Amino acid sequence: MTESNPTVERPLFCRFNIIAGIFITIGLWLTYLRFTGGLGAVSNLDHYNPWGFWIAFDLLCGVALAAGGYTTAAAVEIFGMKKFHAALRPAILTGFLGYSMVAFALLYDVGRPWRLPYPFVVSPGVTSVMFEVGACVALYLTVLFLEFSPTALEWIGAKKLRRIAVRLTVLLTIMGVVLSTLHQSSLGAMFLLVPSKLHPLWYSPYIPVFFFVSSIAAGLSMVIFEGTLAHNSFKDKMDEQHLKSADHIALGFGKGASFVLAAYFAIKVFGVALGNNWHLLGTNYGIWFLVEVFGFILLPCFLFAIGVREQNVKLIRWTAFLTVLGIVVNRLNVVLICFNWQLPADQRYFPHWMEIGISIFVITVGLVIYRFIVTRMPILYEHPDYKKTH
Amino acid sequence: MNEYIHTLQEFMTQTKGMLYLLSAGYLISFVAFWRFLHGRDKEDNPKVQAKK
Amino acid sequence: MSSTSRRNFMKWITVAGTAAILPKGAKAHGQFDGYPNSYGVLHDTTLCIGCRSCEAACNEVNDFPQPEKPFDDKSVLDEKRQTNDKCYTVVNKYEKDNNAKSPVFRKFQCNHCKEPACASACFVGAFTKTPEGAVVYDATVCVGCRYCLIACPFYVPTYEYDEALEPRVMKCTMCHPRLLDGKLPGCVEACPQGALTFGKREDLIKTAHERIRKHPDRYIDHVYGEKEVGGTNWIYLSGIPFEEIGFHASLGTTPAPELTSGALSMVPIVIGVWPALLGGIYVMTQRKEKIAAEEKAEAVKNAVDATQATANEEMKKASEKAKQNKEKAVEKAVKEALDKATKQSGKESS
Repeated sequence: MTESNPTVERPLFCRFNIIAGIFITIGLWLTYLRFTGGLGAVSNLDHYNPWGFWIAFDLLCGVALAAGGYTTAAAVEIFGMKKFHAALRPAILTGFLGYSMVAFALLYDVGRPWRLPYPFVVSPGVTSVMFEVGACVALYLTVLFLEFSPTALEWIGAKKLRRIAVRLTVLLTIMGVVLSTLHQSSLGAMFLLVPSKLHPLWYSPYIPVFFFVSSIAAGLSMVIFEGTLAHNSFKDKMDEQHLKSADHIALGFGKGASFVLAAYFAIKVFGVALGNNWHLLGTNYGIWFLVEVFGFILLPCFLFAIGVREQNVKLIRWTAFLTVLGIVVNRLNVVLICFNWQLPADQRYFPHWMEIGISIFVITVGLVIYRFIVTRMPILYEHPDYKKTH
Repeated sequence: MNEYIHTLQEFMTQTKGMLYLLSAGYLISFVAFWRFLHGRDKEDNPKVQAKK
Repeated sequence: MSSTSRRNFMKWITVAGTAAILPKGAKAHGQFDGYPNSYGVLHDTTLCIGCRSCEAACNEVNDFPQPEKPFDDKSVLDEKRQTNDKCYTVVNKYEKDNNAKSPVFRKFQCNHCKEPACASACFVGAFTKTPEGAVVYDATVCVGCRYCLIACPFYVPTYEYDEALEPRVMKCTMCHPRLLDGKLPGCVEACPQGALTFGKREDLIKTAHERIRKHPDRYIDHVYGEKEVGGTNWIYLSGIPFEEIGFHASLGTTPAPELTSGALSMVPIVIGVWPALLGGIYVMTQRKEKIAAEEKAEAVKNAVDATQATANEEMKKASEKAKQNKEKAVEKAVKEALDKATKQSGKESS
């Protein structure tokens, strides 16, 4: 709590609580339907389209957008960019909650969620890329939990435990980058198995690299984006250092994102050349590919660069939102829109409203927990007992 | 390990399985190596600090 | 033993030992021949009349519920049907105007690939390619992720979406338990026209090419499944182009596990190299910070010293000046005193 900013009163029936309450109530009812009627009762999934909105959005987008954790931690702890320190705890929290919500959403999608530990303790299918994704995500969740633990330990005053947790920081950060590289790229690599089902402009031996590089841009942009949202909602919780460095973080991360997007644009073009797929650019899917590459990759690359040059923080914040949107578009393309592209229209998939309802439920739960933590634990401010000890 | 391997699937099951075990072993060893390397660092070791 | 022959002995022991430990038949990719003597089925679509006896037999063998329309109802063939979680096989009719070979009937079911994509994709190893040729599914480990449905290039596996607690992946089993009993798959046994021939895969391929050779006008010169996706145990003959009877014509010959093998091979490299790389960057960053801190401290010290020196200079000058002023003041006082004394003595003398 800071002396400079007074605490905002958050009444029980404020707008956020009411809306969250409605979504959670609907979500609980949909949960009941899901586990009494099966997947068919709450989704439009079928034998030709076994993966739908949950996999495309909750899982793939969720993992990509939670990448701010490893990128910020690497920037601060490994590359020594101490000036971004104020962004670190919010990014780790988002990463931890993001991956937790991904795991939570997965409980709805798989047919027998209680068997999720099976690949590790009963029968490992080591030839499967998904095995590697599962192992890395499970380990990374542990890493994120440990990276988050100093915050919680400060909150409950466990000084000795906290010191042990803090000493692990650099090692955890290294493990986090290793595990993130692996699972971010492998989520894309899963689709290497289906050259006949994914449109040639998106199917490429480079998919794992596309997914990994874009996850960095996604992470950097999400940190900027969330910083903007947190500033609107939780300004009263922010201490002076946090408020002062907000613009510096936006400029710094915007510059980084500009670089990464430039690289991502280049390798996407190289991918077209590698497959010799230039002639496809004139088709409907080709035009959509150009929209994704020019509108959601090259454009934000330039806008970030302009924002940095002109020191225009507002432009950077809007560009961050555009980039996040672009990552979502790309993941939806790979899993839903450009997958099964050859099937006739009556065999294509569109989500059931209940699938979207459950996704909104999962996100709402995540936001409620985020708000609980941010309003009580030292995320947006430094705990007075531990100033300058990390 | 001496049975004839008939399919690529079988081959990959063996090799990838072994690689996962080796990778896990390496990661654990790296943690130990890291702690060994930084064992006498100033921040953690008051003796060294006093020496200076 | 002399040292050279002992060295040779050690060398050969090491080679022999390594060779003994390494799995035999570990050839380069793409040179795995599959299980010898595994069985398959040759489906000659030119012989199929669409009687659906195979569908009925499959339904009975697997104890599925009776479908809405009975199996002797030919009107169902007017629509293209898919398999589903209560039906492992369907026969579809393909008509083409002004074609003497029309209509063509084709039975669809799992192709029991030599290198199954479902087995490669499954992260709990629920699919196994048996030595008999059948690709079988183990529901006791299945988590229900449905990656196998994604992976299969033929869209074969189906899922029990209406099962709340124990949903399974459903697909043709090639009647594997019956095979172990020395029996034929239900569909093969029921076919009255000989459109389905059971036998060793190698023999069936020879048979298929023999038929093409003997009746070149009857058949397209291609045995589907001989090489597609690395080869399948169900192979097909057709009188009209395969893409016209529901086959994917350009699946390529790469077996499924090879498609992800490259990406999986990078995993140990990342695990091996990244920690050293990142650890190294960390150490270099720390060193840079330490040197920067030292240089800063040095610069601060120099600045302080310089300031001190300047201050000392100033003080020295000031004290010099003060001394001079004092001397001047003393001189002046002395002079004044002398003047006064002179005046006094002058006054006295006059």
